Amino acid sequence: MADISEYPETLRDVMEMFEDIDEHGRAEILLDYSSRFQEVPSYIAQRPFPEDHRVQRCESEAYVFTEPNAEGGINFYFAVENPQGVSAKALAAILQESLMGEKAETIKAVPHDIVFRLFGKRISMGKGEGLLGMVALLKYFADLTQKEQKSE
Amino acid sequence: MSNSGYAYPDALVSTDWVAQHLNNPAVRIVESNEDPLLYASGHIPGAIQIDWVTDLNDQVRRDYLDRKSFESLLSKHGISNNTKVVFYGDKNNWWACYAFWVFQLFGHTNAAIMNGGRLKWVEEQRPLTKEVPHYPTSTYHAQERSDYKVRAFRDQVLSHVNGHLPLIDVRSPGEFKGELTHMPDYPQEGALRAGHIPGAKSIPWSKAVQPDGTFKPSDDLKALYEQDNGFAPSQNIITYCRIGERSAHTWFVLTYLLGYPTVRNYDGSWTEWGNSVGVPIEK
Repeated sequence: MADISEYPETLRDVMEMFEDIDEHGRAEILLDYSSRFQEVPSYIAQRPFPEDHRVQRCESEAYVFTEPNAEGGINFYFAVENPQGVSAKALAAILQESLMGEKAETIKAVPHDIVFRLFGKRISMGKGEGLLGMVALLKYFADLTQKEQKSE
Repeated sequence: MSNSGYAYPDALVSTDWVAQHLNNPAVRIVESNEDPLLYASGHIPGAIQIDWVTDLNDQVRRDYLDRKSFESLLSKHGISNNTKVVFYGDKNNWWACYAFWVFQLFGHTNAAIMNGGRLKWVEEQRPLTKEVPHYPTSTYHAQERSDYKVRAFRDQVLSHVNGHLPLIDVRSPGEFKGELTHMPDYPQEGALRAGHIPGAKSIPWSKAVQPDGTFKPSDDLKALYEQDNGFAPSQNIITYCRIGERSAHTWFVLTYLLGYPTVRNYDGSWTEWGNSVGVPIEK
């Protein structure tokens, strides 16, 4: 597991909340985040969402979108089409509230064990892969957006 | 469900039926989900949760719980041998069917699936609660786990392939074709090789359900499996997916809705086959 100090600074407080937490507390916090999930604004993307923005093998049918901001950072958004996809919504809200507008390098530096720290080590392989896929696709688009910024 | 034309209509109950039996002590409602947060977010009043990772699997080796653990699990939830266990969950009842299937390994036949699953209950604006029920401990006597009838192992699947017997791959067409993303660090469904088991036909699980999440009527299911894909009740069929949950859904459809007597679920599925050394693969 990565040390919390390896996480981007803006994520560390959240990650510390999940240290040594019991399963009930974990669920309560994640459900609270899930309730704060905000879907991608329509000026960024509209249904039907493009397939190349879809997180592969995510059972919650999540999509990831990015845009450059004026400060040279990355704004990013999610859609979660499965109405029962509460874990995907929770992860999306945590990432957005902690990393929105950060530089691509910061977003790309999120350790992959974030999913296990947030959701617990006993999360199923399939669920873990779907959530990891959200993080991986966010990093991919953050990198792509950064490269496009530099080439302009 | 009496006019459905299903082979075993008692294996399905409606949301209405569940609503009418919430306080029936002879019935235990069980939620089994893909998303581990859903039960905590609210569930059918009186429903307990059985989680496939923590409750149904051995925590050390890749296998299901044994008789003693199964008895403890059911006793803990106040389920007796005569209790009718009704499963429901997210993802069109994938995990509900999987839990139902595991219960059959121990011979608990007094079981059913709530047609339409969790989403149908929610969309009908039926009550949900966050209150976790506690039932008095029961005494449950299970038979020894019996895998031979409904479960297939890798070597049995290999013999099945060599014997040119029918297999159904219920994963998505992309998984069946072995299409992978080529993104760095992207999770690749936990297997070193992609594709499908030779001879398997691709019939995604989702083709068996209607837009509202309920199972298709029997005539539509017969058209799908028999007319369109050439399967027959007399065949010895193995279903598989990635880890056995989606294929438990198709196993349920073939066994209980269409009445096929010889269907086994290969729970090792692609995470075993796609990582096994030397087994044949097609793309």
